[in-house]
Amino acid sequence: MKKSILLPLSVLVAVYFLWDGAVLLSKSDIFPRPSQVFFAIVELIQRGLLLKYVVASLFRVSVGFVLAVLIGVPLGLLLGWFRSAFLAFNPLIQILRPISPIAWIPIAILWFKVDDRAPIFLIFLSSLFPITVTAIAAVQNIQPVYVRAAQNFGVTRIDLFKRVIFPACLPQIITSLRISLGIAWLVVVAAEMIAVNSGLGYLIIDARNAGKRYDLVVAGMLMIGLIGLLLDLLVRSLERFEEVKWGYSERS
Amino acid sequence: MTAPVISVRDLGLTFLGKRGAPPIEVLRSVNLEVLPGQFVCIVGPSGCGKTTLLNIITGFLKQSAGDVLVQGAPVKGPDPRRIFVFQDNGVFPWLTVEQNIGFGIARRSLQEQREIVHRYVQMVGLTGFEKAYPRELSGGMRQRVEIARALAPNPEIIYMDEPFGALDFITRLKMRADLTRIWQEEKKTILFVTHDIEESVQLADRVVVMSSRPGTIRKQIRIELPRPRDLDSPEYLDVRDEIFRTIGMSLKVGVG
Repeated sequence: MKKSILLPLSVLVAVYFLWDGAVLLSKSDIFPRPSQVFFAIVELIQRGLLLKYVVASLFRVSVGFVLAVLIGVPLGLLLGWFRSAFLAFNPLIQILRPISPIAWIPIAILWFKVDDRAPIFLIFLSSLFPITVTAIAAVQNIQPVYVRAAQNFGVTRIDLFKRVIFPACLPQIITSLRISLGIAWLVVVAAEMIAVNSGLGYLIIDARNAGKRYDLVVAGMLMIGLIGLLLDLLVRSLERFEEVKWGYSERS
Repeated sequence: MTAPVISVRDLGLTFLGKRGAPPIEVLRSVNLEVLPGQFVCIVGPSGCGKTTLLNIITGFLKQSAGDVLVQGAPVKGPDPRRIFVFQDNGVFPWLTVEQNIGFGIARRSLQEQREIVHRYVQMVGLTGFEKAYPRELSGGMRQRVEIARALAPNPEIIYMDEPFGALDFITRLKMRADLTRIWQEEKKTILFVTHDIEESVQLADRVVVMSSRPGTIRKQIRIELPRPRDLDSPEYLDVRDEIFRTIGMSLKVGVG
């Protein structure tokens, strides 16, 4: 078998036995054994909850994230290009940016009640700032020679954005999408613990509150990890397009 | 007599000094005329203002004194009838070779675009690399893409700022031969800035020698050598040495 499969596989097997052994040795009757977590996942599937909660979480992340991309990318490109717009809005962005999306939860509940819109709003906020800030920096650091070359050919301002500035910034924008989708997936779990009655975050907090079902808690955590990995692989596959490959250092 | 296509009169550029420092005079009373179809090289030591002069002629920079008339009108900014070829390669890395070459002709019909791109791909010797991305090409090939991209919209003038400066010696020689051939076929006016005296003598109809601080034209030398130019002929070496002497360079290295 290939090394790249064998090595991580053996680590996972080791973790499995360490985990199982530790639970047995501690004689804990609350912390689940790996096999109990497995049966918890089966139980979630049978009750139809797993699919329902995964879909609920993914739905919120997708809507919030896509809104953030649709607004953050053009906003960042414009703020990066127009100096006075940047000077006007940058301080506001820099003040809002360090506020954890979690801190917005009370306001989200106030505005949207216990409703899908609350976590969507939080996801949107958490993704908007990294995407916008990266797009701004990407435009500001664009190689002047590209802009001059394009202007020399007499392109219109709209064409300059479409044909030069956007593609020149795309590799960095994709990297920011990857980072912000990771953050969004972290935030949705926290938001669902407080602001709604479904989703993987709700599953975890509900399993604990309604009967100390730690097998369900860990099952929920495991699903969050696996789906997070899949999301990252999905965005990372964007980096393989020929149009953006130039922007990443080549490691083979 | 033909009217000059580029005409620079009493051009000067002075940068205001920062925080009380005295102003810096970069260019002083530069006079230059280029006739249609001529290949003119500007040479001079680094820092003599030759790139600055080119940037003013192209409209990327504003002079503080004098006039620049290009194709009969004062220069207001970059213009697609005159294309600039950059030293630090300005080929777009997100486009393929053929997309790059077609960048400046996007408003033409698709059929026309295809024909023009095909023609210039052949002219610069990149057949077979149409679908390649710049990162897959060598430095010389990328500079060929840039030259083809400059030629595609059929400009009347091509400005080149040390376009071969980043290439190795052998590639440079080959690029000069190819550029001369392309210039002979296309009959463009070329204004070419370089610090390489040999390069200027190999390429130009006329070499404009600049001196530094403030940058001004010291001498203009017509090069009547027939093309293809023989780099071993005594005539070639004479012209080359005359330019070296004008710049004040010795052709001997070391002390005896």
